[in-house]
Amino acid sequence: MLKIARYALYDILRNRFVVAYGLFWVLVSMSFFNLESDPVKGMASLLNILLMALPLMSVVFASIHLYNSYEFMELVLAQPIRRSEVLLGQYSGVAGSLCASFGIGMGVPVLLYEGSLRGFLLVGCGLVLTLVFVSLAFLAAVLMRDKARGIGLALLIWFFCTILYDGLVLMGMFAFSDYPLERVILVLAFLNPVDLARIAMLLQLDAAALMGYTGALFHHFFGSALGIGLAVLLMAVWVVWPLLWALRIFQRKDL
Amino acid sequence: MLRIQNISKTFGRLRVLDAVHATADVGQVVAVVGPNGSGKTTLIKCILGLVKPDSGSVLFNDIVIRTDPGYRRHFGYMPQIGRYPDNMLVGHLFNMMRDLRRNTTHQTDEELLEAYRLPDIFHKPMRTLSGGMRQKVSAALAFLFQPQVLILDEPTAGLDPLSAEILKEKVLRERQNNRIFIITSHIMSDLDELATHILYLVDGRVAFFKSLPELKALTGQERLGRAIAHLMQRRETQS
Repeated sequence: MLKIARYALYDILRNRFVVAYGLFWVLVSMSFFNLESDPVKGMASLLNILLMALPLMSVVFASIHLYNSYEFMELVLAQPIRRSEVLLGQYSGVAGSLCASFGIGMGVPVLLYEGSLRGFLLVGCGLVLTLVFVSLAFLAAVLMRDKARGIGLALLIWFFCTILYDGLVLMGMFAFSDYPLERVILVLAFLNPVDLARIAMLLQLDAAALMGYTGALFHHFFGSALGIGLAVLLMAVWVVWPLLWALRIFQRKDL
Repeated sequence: MLRIQNISKTFGRLRVLDAVHATADVGQVVAVVGPNGSGKTTLIKCILGLVKPDSGSVLFNDIVIRTDPGYRRHFGYMPQIGRYPDNMLVGHLFNMMRDLRRNTTHQTDEELLEAYRLPDIFHKPMRTLSGGMRQKVSAALAFLFQPQVLILDEPTAGLDPLSAEILKEKVLRERQNNRIFIITSHIMSDLDELATHILYLVDGRVAFFKSLPELKALTGQERLGRAIAHLMQRRETQS
């Protein structure tokens, strides 16, 4: 698996996309930190960009990469190598390179302007979201044989997680506004990796006060060991289950 | 020995392989021939474990091929169209393949590598290579690890005449070295030189599986192309 990962990584690093991707994050984070006098405000704006753009780019890059390497994977699979090794190797290569370029591109400016716990948490959220969405993109890419459909499905997953889900939750809140929904919202927010990252971050930015009673509940919950543990566990589940499902399909797939 | 037992495969509603049965022994070159879409490439992919048959099995040295990939260390595969990572250097590709098979093969056969002068282009990225050059890379890779079974999918398509000749001579030489060859091709004159057996597929069924001399004797034709045409014509008039 490590051999495959190494060669996938090598192939991706020779592609200029990851360099551009890293530079993009340098540019975005530097400009937000310079535009806002208060680095905390800068981070709040940065968070919004990150939660939209990072899943999008991870999903698109991962699914395109996997489709482009299909034929080559075929040749590799004609060698004495397990299918699981090949897919996990590709995953490590793609996720590793995206994490590295994001980690450097965003990590260095954050370290310079806001080298605090919340700064690290922001970069950490980005890294975990990268793992989650590469995993989801791999699932989409092995589910669909056709490249256009696969990338379409990956984009749909992105659209659902970043935009549609929040809209649906808001609609639900509006429709049932007569009822106490705080706990329901807490559960719903936990089920979406993007929301999970957003809430964890917003609480660190002291913006939770703006969210009224729900914010107080979140604060209470995320402050507890149980809440943090559960959040970490759920993120891990979001990384692992799409990848395991993709692996199951890939092992039975006709290439 | 490679034995294909009653392999069937459907893609959606399309029946690509229908109870295909064939065997190949050491020293034999089995040519898989048939019209476009008759299931040749699917059959090859079943042997390599890239496509999982709905029913039937492939046996290599009397062991059924399942999910364990170990048997493939005895296999070399030259795909119809070699697609490689765009940014990978040619030399790097060879290093990678050696690396991937390091624990399984000790000696490598670099004859084709030298004959095609591939070390001269080791510094070039794969994307800059022409179709024919990629074919040469694929051919050299297939023979590199001295596999017992060599599977060549349209090996001479896209090669210049000189390079095709080098490849054919290589096949003829290696035939003596106790290897099994499975070759698909549409170029009958090539198969006339190389093949010992002909497996003719039509719509995923075996139309016939005969040795080359047997086929020629049966039809009274000297050339393979004519012999096949003759036999297929006779079948049509019979049915």
